[in-house]
Order: sequence, then structure tokens, then C-alpha cells
Amino acid sequence: MNTSHAQCEVSLTVNGQPATVRAYPMERLLDVLRHQLGLTGAKEGCGEGECGSCSVLMDGALVNSCLVPILQAQGANIVTIEGLAQGSRLHKLQQAFLECGGAQCGICTPGMILAACHLLDKCPTPTLEEIREGLAGNLCRCTGYTQICEAVVQAAECGQGNKQ
Amino acid sequence: MRSDPADYELVAPGSLQAVVSLLAEQAGAWLPIAGGTDVMVQYAAGTLSARKLVSLWNLPELRRIEVSENEIQIGAGGTYTNLRQHEILEREFPLLTSAARWTGGIANQNRGTLGGNIANASPAADSLPALLVYEAELILVSARGERRVRYGDFHTGYKKTLLAADELIRTICLSRRFVEYLSYSRKVGARNAQAISKVCIAALGRVNQGVVEDVRIALGSVAPVPLRLSQTEHVVKGQHVGPALMQRARETAIEEIRPIDDIRSTPAYRAAVSGNLVTEFLEKLAANETKA
Repeated sequence: MNTSHAQCEVSLTVNGQPATVRAYPMERLLDVLRHQLGLTGAKEGCGEGECGSCSVLMDGALVNSCLVPILQAQGANIVTIEGLAQGSRLHKLQQAFLECGGAQCGICTPGMILAACHLLDKCPTPTLEEIREGLAGNLCRCTGYTQICEAVVQAAECGQGNKQ
Repeated sequence: MRSDPADYELVAPGSLQAVVSLLAEQAGAWLPIAGGTDVMVQYAAGTLSARKLVSLWNLPELRRIEVSENEIQIGAGGTYTNLRQHEILEREFPLLTSAARWTGGIANQNRGTLGGNIANASPAADSLPALLVYEAELILVSARGERRVRYGDFHTGYKKTLLAADELIRTICLSRRFVEYLSYSRKVGARNAQAISKVCIAALGRVNQGVVEDVRIALGSVAPVPLRLSQTEHVVKGQHVGPALMQRARETAIEEIRPIDDIRSTPAYRAAVSGNLVTEFLEKLAANETKA
């Protein structure tokens, strides 16, 4: 292609902080987070919305950031894995993943935890079946789903919803 | 190869009217993108031929679900999550909400839209057989005005539809007349989550004293378009539901479909599964069991 189109300015809130970026409107939210904002927690796995490793919360909804053109995030409130801990205090899901061995290589973990966070937000005391459904879009190739589900159960048991 | 974002234009005019005006100015030049669960996949793979895209995401006019006495009107921008969370849809149109539940994972359900699923026109789409058996109607909108068409007429060939170059799907209309029907749906795929169907079915029926008073059956992934099994319905309707009818229905269904060989399955497997699904539906109908 010879035509190069104009970049646009996109303002959004990321982990509670306002951010303004200049980007081509079709740039993926994933790339803007990683390359412009330095938030490398969201990972690129498949790049086609099937593995969930790039999951973030957009206006409270779990989304695959590889499938979101940045223009559609104009004005949105984005939460990435970097936004869960409060200072040095881990979010209860992060703590539970550590304690239950829910993370091994770590590639799927940010997306897995955000999917779990989204689940507990909608359903504070999920059944095992609901946990499996809530995490079904997040693939893990090494840890094993048993420990991951156990971590979500533990986090749910230690408090209501996502409250710390 | 991955696409270069500098090669693409994307605009978000912010209202339905502005989008429709843009489409009218240069008909065919702009590709609408809603939640991106299909378009962004093509973009990532470098196979997206459109270079100018117009965003429909979050247009308020397309997000409403309106319930009236005889009809439910679903804005085309309603997501699978919106469908799943709607109590009246869940109660009266369980074939649609169950298809929404098994389409992709939660993240894709939060972004994928019913209108997008229809416009993308994949014969494997899980929600489309449900729309066929509920005899949905679509309201299409352009700068020229609106028209209402039967969803059953919408797909005219593989990935070909009634949509004109300047038109959008605005609303999906469902008539509230199927509450008393038994419903049956099933997806057969490599795994439950995420996998695209090898075959999927949506069916409705009503039996009175062993006789099938009314029946509607549709299958996905067995033809170039989502397929209503009209001949099979004709064979079944008005007949006593029993083993002989099940055998005839099975044979008719297998004759009626046109499955292909692709990465997910073979014609022989798809035919056998289609026959099994039609048989299982009739067994449930005979036993008055419902499953959505």
C-alpha cells in the first residue's frame, strides 16, 4: 500500500490513570498498551482472539485486546494485570494463584487472572462449572487447569467478589 | 503476514445516521466493524481486503433490546453477553441464548454482536440456525430508508447476502409465538469452548397426542448457508412420531444437506451427525423432553 493514513489521538483511562496516545486508529489496543504505555503484562499468544493471553478489562468487560482497534477504546476505562495490586499488596487472585501453584511459565497468567477477576465481579461465589466457563477462553499449555481453578476457588472463598 | 495499521483508515462517526450517510456517499468503500471478533482476525492474518472501516461499536441506536407485546426487537449491535443476560430472551428464545452461551469464550461474547454474526454470514455461525427456526425478520437501514426482510431469505449464497453496499442490519425482530414449543439445540465440535462447530442444530416442535403439529429444524456447517431443513420438516409435520418417522426424517435430512470437506470435518461425518441430531430431536419430541 502506498497510502499512509493519519494517526489519531485517543484518550483513555488505564489502571486508574488518564492516558493520551497518538496511534493509527487500527492499531491494536494490545500493541498500544505494550509499546506505548510500557504495560507488558498483556501477552500476545495467538493474535486472533482464541487464547486469551491478551485479555484486559475494558469498561468492566473482559476483552481480547488483540481484537480491539485503539479507536474503539476512545474514552474507555482499561484495567490490565498491572492495575490489580495495590502498591505491594497483591490482589487476592494474584495471591491465590501464587499459593495454589496456578502459574508456571506465566504467559497465560495475566489474562487468566483478569478473566477470573471478571468472573468474580459478576459471580462472587462461582461453582466449578462456572469457573470453567468463565476461563474457557483462556488457554494454558503448562500449568494445568486444576491448580488454576483451585486458585479461583480459594480467592472466591477468601472474600466477597473482588474486594481485597 | 500481519497488516500494517498505517495502511488502514478507521472512523467512528458516533451515530447511526452519520454511519449511514458515510455508506451512502461511497457505497461499497467502507466496511462496518462492530466488536471486531471477525474483522480483526482477518486484519491480523493480513487477509482483510477492505482498507476503509467504519466503527459501529457502542452506537446507542444499535444496542437496545425492545420488548413489545408480540415482538422482541434486538439492536444489531447487541453482544452475545447482552443476549445471555436478557431474561425474556432466555425464557422465550432459549435456542438463541444457548447459542450465545457457546459462541467463543467470555471475552468474545463481550464483543461479538448478533448483527455482526449475521453480516459475516459464516455457515458455521452458531446463532444463525436459531434465527432461522424462530423465523426472524431483519430491519435493514440505509440513507434511502428502511426495509424489513425475512431472515430466511437473507443468505443468498456462500458469504452472499441481501445487504446492499450502502446498507446495515439495524434490528433483528423475533415474533413471540414459540413459548409453547419444545426446543432442542446442540453443537458438535472438537471441544465445547471456542471450537467452531462441525455441525450445529436448532429445532422447535409441538406434539399433540403423538402427532407432530408443527416443526422447524435448521443446521449450521452443512451447506454454503445456514440451512433450514424444509423437506425434512415437510416429511415430519402431521405425522405420528415414532421409529419409522425418525428413519424417514433422518434419510431426508441427509439428502437435503450439502456438507463439504474442510479443516474441521468430512461430508460423511457431517451427514452422519446431522442424521443423528435430527433423530435425537425427534426422540426428545416424542418423549416431550426439552433441551435448549
